[in-house]
Amino acid sequence: MAKGSRKEKRKIEIMDTALKLFSKNGFYTVTIADIAKELEMSVGNIYNYFSSKDALAKELIMYISKILGSNIRQINMEKISAKEKIEKIVRFYFSMAKERPELIDYFLRVYLSHREVFKDGCEGMICVSPFVTEIMIFFEEGVKNGELREQDFFSAFGLFMGYLGGMVYLKGEGMLPNDLDFYINSISENIYRALKNEE
Amino acid sequence: MKSKIVWIQGVTCNGNSHSFLNYQNLDIFLKKVEFLYHPLLPSKYSLKELSEKRFDFDILIVEGAIKKSYERGIVSLNTLMEKLSIKARKIIALGTCAAFGGVFKSYDEKNIKGLIFDGEEKKGFFKELEKKVINIPGCPAHPEWLIYVLNMIEAKKKILLDDFLRPKEIYAFTVHSGCVRNEYFEWKVDAKSFGVKEGCLFYEQGCQAPYTHGSCNKILWNEVNSKTRAGMPCLGCTEPTFLKEELFKTKTYMSIPANMPLGVPKRAYLTITGVAKSFKIERLNKRLIDES
Repeated sequence: MAKGSRKEKRKIEIMDTALKLFSKNGFYTVTIADIAKELEMSVGNIYNYFSSKDALAKELIMYISKILGSNIRQINMEKISAKEKIEKIVRFYFSMAKERPELIDYFLRVYLSHREVFKDGCEGMICVSPFVTEIMIFFEEGVKNGELREQDFFSAFGLFMGYLGGMVYLKGEGMLPNDLDFYINSISENIYRALKNEE
Repeated sequence: MKSKIVWIQGVTCNGNSHSFLNYQNLDIFLKKVEFLYHPLLPSKYSLKELSEKRFDFDILIVEGAIKKSYERGIVSLNTLMEKLSIKARKIIALGTCAAFGGVFKSYDEKNIKGLIFDGEEKKGFFKELEKKVINIPGCPAHPEWLIYVLNMIEAKKKILLDDFLRPKEIYAFTVHSGCVRNEYFEWKVDAKSFGVKEGCLFYEQGCQAPYTHGSCNKILWNEVNSKTRAGMPCLGCTEPTFLKEELFKTKTYMSIPANMPLGVPKRAYLTITGVAKSFKIERLNKRLIDES
């Protein structure tokens, strides 16, 4: 499908609507019929775009991963230090959580919590590759220029993304006394201190 | 008319001479050429005569790195080079030392170089000879590589060279081409130690084959094997960057190999790797030959 075509725009519209409904009412509660109704489309027409709810679920995680990946890629391309990049990534992640909470919500509450939906076709890193690849490049470049410490990738990845995901999750549960922005500086500093090369 | 060859040595370990002596059809080849001088083979001239006599010949083979003040017996390497290089129709810098400085360069960085190149830079002691020189790097160079070049010269055929003056016919490939471990490379299954039949040596064991130019897995050594086939990492010996440190360990930054396969962008490599690692192929994670 050509990028920017009418069909492509409609497909994105369906995905954005599905994400909002999943976020509001839960993944298992929302049916294809609910999504169709919200869009004033026929159920049959939705199936022209996605063969099943599971197929939609997989496309959604790839859609989100591409959005996150392309934004982090922009940060990776900047000629700034790893410390500054950390701050920018945290700021971007929290801004996404505020402006498009359904995206991060889907990542945390559907993709990571319902692995059974993704077992065929989204094994391992396949559907989150654009996002994970950019995080890998961020780490690799940081270690290469001596700013970050050499360590196992997943130890660092878990620390960085687990931390951010955890904060957004707490915010979603109404357990944080302050807005996410309040924590950007201290969290960025914590991540940097945990990753930096002290030699 | 037999081609007349003069084979001289600079700072060397004799490795390329020994490699040449292991050429499977050496007896046939020696009937086709005449060695006016070779340090190990019966020759027409002695080293002293080589420097004193006037004679014509076709090909000069230089084995070993160049050090201007170096002396072979009573003869200065520099004087010998200056005399012979004028007469030679073609000059072959045989082995990585002659081509780039190689192993010996690390002993005296400033004063030991290749003929045309000093490592990656075209700053060798005889760079004015560039048009005559063909580099055949390798530690050592495979005898078939040398024979190919000598045959091409004898047949007066054009030898296409890359930017490091290496024949493309031999060095356009990576050592990775033809490696029997490629299936493990595709699915990112590591070799856990040397000498085992299973696993790729690129991820942990320091193998440089995916970014080293050479035909080691196309033209086998002693016609039977190669380093990587035997379970030993490629050390990148045909490159001007040879010899690197920590040859038996893959340099990584946060688990990501510091050197990508030749010409592969990092993002492309990481994307493919992430996908391949998402699947565990049972067959490739087991011993090939189960002893039980």
